Amino acid sequence: MLELWGLIMGMTISEKILAAHSGRDRVCPGELVIANVDVALGNDITAPIAIREFEQTGVKNVFDRDKIVLVPDHFTPNKDIASAEQCKILRDFAKKYGITHYFEIGEVGIEHVLLPEQGIVLPGEIIIGADSHTCTYGALGAFSTGVGSTDLAAAMIGGKAWFRVPESIKFIYTGKLKKWVSGKDLILYTIGKIGVDGALYKSMEFTGPALKYVDMAGRFSMANMAIEAGAKNGIFIPDGITEEYVSVRAKKRYTFYDSDSDASYSDVIKINTDIIDLQVACPNLPENTKPVGELKDVELDQVVIGSCTNGRIEDLRVAAGIMKGQKVAKYLRCIIIPGSQKVYLNALDEGLIEVFIKAGAVVSAPTCGPCLGGHMGILASGEKALATTNRNFIGRMGHPKSKVYLSGPAVAAASAVKGKIISPEEILK
Amino acid sequence: MFRGKAWKFGNDINTDEIIPARYLNSSDPDELAKHCMEDAAPDFPAKMSKGDIIIGGKNFGCGSSREHAPIAIKAAGISCVIAHSFARIFFRNAFNMGLPIFCCPEAARNIKEGDEIQVSPETGLIENLTDGKEYRAQPIPEFMRNLIKAGGLMKYVAAYTKEKSEKEK
Repeated sequence: MLELWGLIMGMTISEKILAAHSGRDRVCPGELVIANVDVALGNDITAPIAIREFEQTGVKNVFDRDKIVLVPDHFTPNKDIASAEQCKILRDFAKKYGITHYFEIGEVGIEHVLLPEQGIVLPGEIIIGADSHTCTYGALGAFSTGVGSTDLAAAMIGGKAWFRVPESIKFIYTGKLKKWVSGKDLILYTIGKIGVDGALYKSMEFTGPALKYVDMAGRFSMANMAIEAGAKNGIFIPDGITEEYVSVRAKKRYTFYDSDSDASYSDVIKINTDIIDLQVACPNLPENTKPVGELKDVELDQVVIGSCTNGRIEDLRVAAGIMKGQKVAKYLRCIIIPGSQKVYLNALDEGLIEVFIKAGAVVSAPTCGPCLGGHMGILASGEKALATTNRNFIGRMGHPKSKVYLSGPAVAAASAVKGKIISPEEILK
Repeated sequence: MFRGKAWKFGNDINTDEIIPARYLNSSDPDELAKHCMEDAAPDFPAKMSKGDIIIGGKNFGCGSSREHAPIAIKAAGISCVIAHSFARIFFRNAFNMGLPIFCCPEAARNIKEGDEIQVSPETGLIENLTDGKEYRAQPIPEFMRNLIKAGGLMKYVAAYTKEKSEKEK
């Protein structure tokens, strides 16, 4: 009836992707749909539970060995016996079912850096991952969301997942970016504005003319942290920047979707990027954001540059540009973690690794490691760290009485040199 | 019917507080239970009793997608969680693991630590036996109660599949 009255509304990009994957012409927020998934992802923390559940059902095979991706990246290279056992579960499963995309040490990277880089996740797809930062791939214009191990197990069997179609919030970024300001600063600023449950259950649609100044690395950082505002997914409308990134990586066809001009949104939030300074999220929530200039004398014990949020070559270039010819402050540990082997190799070719080592930083193999307090840089009681990661919850990087601050790579690199949280302008002037 | 003592927590209780990542090299429920809520209240695992109820603020369970979080709470013996609101992935994982949860802002606000609480999943009635106050949450629908009774989604599906194949014989 609504069609007859000309009242039918357009759809958002997220609604269009969900409709296309569930054999529907259209879907509306609140509806439950069963959709085909293009990629189902698990890691060394979450996949063992999914695999156990998969095996218990007694099914004979996975739905598609090309569409299941297993990435042992959290506690690898295996930090202890228990972690080695977890990884063995993934390896044995990958061998048994001939899983195409299983990544052993030597080829593994941090999952959300690795999958886009390898062209495994593409625009227009539905990706579910038993990892909350699976929302990262929304940067490509895909519908991508984190689920639990049980949902992963079900998808490994049937290739489908059920979704409640989320309401969308449209974020419109206008203006230019100040010097050093990156996608990380935009998303921290946004979370500071709406809070850690500001987009609970919803889709965050990132739009606006300012985004043409945000490269793919910055867009991955933004979509990555949609979950930190409680969102189901974060998504960009793919454009020329997306095409340039994807066209050289994709091994299969992909589709660009766009939101209709009359699509409906639960909220529209306009953000003027002209006024956004370099941001830091203070303990213990990502919403506790401040411009870096407001933080006085936060002395640091550790700086971590890496993670699925900021472990890409662009991030390392920014950090190395600031650390070149400088020294890491006395008694501070600076840990650099390239997000993948490819990022590592590129950084090596470009001389960035040499810059870091000469500055007194340590460079680690790709791993999630310290971001979640796993290994490779755990904090003692009372210690403070600044990290380019995504969460600063209590005890996130080690002792419950340690504290984590979050920033982009520019502030992190400058702070590693100074020994306290500081803007890069302060050390480069 | 669930009955137990209330343990009160604040807003944005995240999965790192529910089960810190340093324990995620295991997925054994009994092992995880030993560290349940440890970074939010270090003595919680030692002091709580079987059947007790967790009261959370807004956005309970935010953060990681780890199913270890509802697994740890359930294996510790918590009968259900009542909160102002739940984070999306935790909400889904809790039911999939067979942990009953209730969204009820008034109850989450007014119930005090140590109050004796009784909850009916059939009606959604939350009774504070200590001060006599009553609250209403959404009842848990029958299929979901069966899912919880079965011990979670996969066990529910397995039982359902078995029943179906036996009927077909």
